[in-house]
Amino acid sequence: MSTSTPVLAAHGLTKHFRAGGGRVSGRSPARAIHAVDGVDLELHRGQVLAVVGESGSGKSTVARLLAGLIPITGGQVLLDGAEARLRGRRAFRAYVRRVQMIFQDPFASLNPVHPVRYTLTRALRLHRKQSSGGTLRGTELEAALTELLERVHLTPATRYVDKFPHELSGGQRQRIAIARALAAEPEVLLADEPVSMLDVSIRLGILNLLADLRDRLGIAVLYITHDIASARYFADRTTVLYAGQVMETGDSESVTQEPLHPYTRLLIASAPDPDDLAGTGAAAVREQGTGGEPPSLVDPPPGCRFAPRCPYATDLCRGETPELIEVTPGRSAACWGYSEREGRPDVGRVSTGSTSGGVSTGSTSGGGEAGA
Amino acid sequence: MSTGVETSPGVARDAGPTAEEPVLEVRNLSVDYGFGDDPTHVLREVSLTLRRGEVLGLAGESGCGKSTLAYAATRLLPPPGLITGGEVWLTGRDGERADLLALSDAELRAARWRDIAIVFQGAMSSLNPVFRVEKQLIDGILAHRPRMGRAEARERAAELLRLVGISADRLRAYPHQLSGGMRQRVMIAMALALEPQVLIMDEPTTALDVVMQRQILEQVMELRERLGFSVVLITHDVSLLVEVADRIAVMYAGEIVETAPARDVYQRPRHPYSAGLLGSFPPLHGPRRELAGIPGAPPDLSQREPGCPFAPRCPHVMDVCRTELPVLGRTAQAEEARLVACHLHTSLSAGEKLPDLVAR
Repeated sequence: MSTSTPVLAAHGLTKHFRAGGGRVSGRSPARAIHAVDGVDLELHRGQVLAVVGESGSGKSTVARLLAGLIPITGGQVLLDGAEARLRGRRAFRAYVRRVQMIFQDPFASLNPVHPVRYTLTRALRLHRKQSSGGTLRGTELEAALTELLERVHLTPATRYVDKFPHELSGGQRQRIAIARALAAEPEVLLADEPVSMLDVSIRLGILNLLADLRDRLGIAVLYITHDIASARYFADRTTVLYAGQVMETGDSESVTQEPLHPYTRLLIASAPDPDDLAGTGAAAVREQGTGGEPPSLVDPPPGCRFAPRCPYATDLCRGETPELIEVTPGRSAACWGYSEREGRPDVGRVSTGSTSGGVSTGSTSGGGEAGA
Repeated sequence: MSTGVETSPGVARDAGPTAEEPVLEVRNLSVDYGFGDDPTHVLREVSLTLRRGEVLGLAGESGCGKSTLAYAATRLLPPPGLITGGEVWLTGRDGERADLLALSDAELRAARWRDIAIVFQGAMSSLNPVFRVEKQLIDGILAHRPRMGRAEARERAAELLRLVGISADRLRAYPHQLSGGMRQRVMIAMALALEPQVLIMDEPTTALDVVMQRQILEQVMELRERLGFSVVLITHDVSLLVEVADRIAVMYAGEIVETAPARDVYQRPRHPYSAGLLGSFPPLHGPRRELAGIPGAPPDLSQREPGCPFAPRCPHVMDVCRTELPVLGRTAQAEEARLVACHLHTSLSAGEKLPDLVAR
């Protein structure tokens, strides 16, 4: 599964934002907000990787870093094993041709003064070439436009090409945004909370569409979300982010069913679960007494960032930052509890038996509101 | 939805006080947006009963009218929203009943907060950024209890903060010095300042992450048991409601399509929309399976078609659904505590079986 070269990888990805305005003379040196600190990710062809975290955990920053929208402070972004070149217009355009992004809010990410045709043909003209060379135009452009709309299940295409964004529903708008990303025929789609602004009943339609693109076109998808249940549904692998650092990573099924890191356990116990009639999740949260909030990311102290809220934390946790430790093949947790160090916390290691991925969510039709 | 008042006795959940007495009764409430010849009918004769001590969940997608219902029932609806009919009966602690929609301005002003309090959607921005939390809490208390001294009001404000789990020294803080979760707690403390009988919470935790959401809701439920108020919880997250609510009312296109005890809605939804909504949330546990959500998009309320508003998206649609609006009534199984607005339940001839609605 992870033997092939990942199509997009990040090693030690770090982003510090300057805090507090900074440059007023006579002030102490600018402090830094450690938004993302040493994050490792690998995106493989035909796979969905979910990055789960609460607001402020740095998950959107990761997506923006990978999209090349903001400069990185440290670490590497590797595209097909070679360091990605993002500086300069030509290099950047060559990069975004392969790595495209979908934004959270389809009401804001489409220009309201342009019809669908303009939005999509512009992307097509920028990224594709005529079969005879030169910019795509005429019937070939028209055919590519139709094909794009069909790919996101907006059929018949003629019904949508001349619509303005305000004439479309939220789900249809998000489909247009996805079609625009597909115009470049990318290898990687970075989806930053692609469904959180949509009505609940149409969210799955969009997720199924993305799963369908993953399966049919072999696109690697980075799915940023705060909803760990949807990560389980849609993603092959899940990475849990807390305060800018990776807490745990592994295949989605075992991360959600047998969480290793105390933070992941808290996250899963907190999620609403209608089947939990006895209220065990609620009881677990109460029992852990994990009140409190994520730490300030302005010059954070050493140690595990979850330690102040962690019921198991020891002096080791408060003094030194744990690295990701491979617990079983393919599953890692950044928690001293899984190390052999002295003074490690007792997090009650769970047996991580063979939890195969369950039913694949792939090969779905993604039939959404298109035909309504 | 022209059935009158809901009269079916409720099935009490094992937790919490469950007197049958209604504390808030909404009868045939209608709301239009826009004036003139062509208003949009956002609520059409909605009736709903909140019993004393109960947690009632209002579920539905954005634009289905759940917030409008809450604001109309408390006369907080801003223009161009217009209440075109209906009554909202509130039963006071002394057993006296009053129609909120018929109160004079002064009476309404007194009743708000004392009897009904609201925690607004986006409570993060509901606090005034230029005043300390202390001042905002005290102002509200003094407005309703003019004879209370400032020191006493301050004491009360500190007590309220402790009630929601914030240490009293945060009284001197400005809203921006508090985290999102703490601001939300301050809003809840404010709402509880005069010990209301009804607390309406409009998407109180949408902007917060799940851990904070869990903590805040737990706290409200605990306070409810201690102080004995009733809660109307508005959210689109049905799985959350199944866990915390006693009863759930599912809304679609400005109408209530199903009301039933929370667990019954979850285990045996009787309206195709309820089933579809439940099938829109991937489960965190149990077998993984493919889900489809609901095809189509919520209807545009300004262009209503005759018939059931859910008909274009309904997998069980029949001819009658496209021409006739179903009314809220008993289910085909004649269940005690449940009402549903669906032709499937009324048009069944003897011996016919209801199609299996469980999408899960």
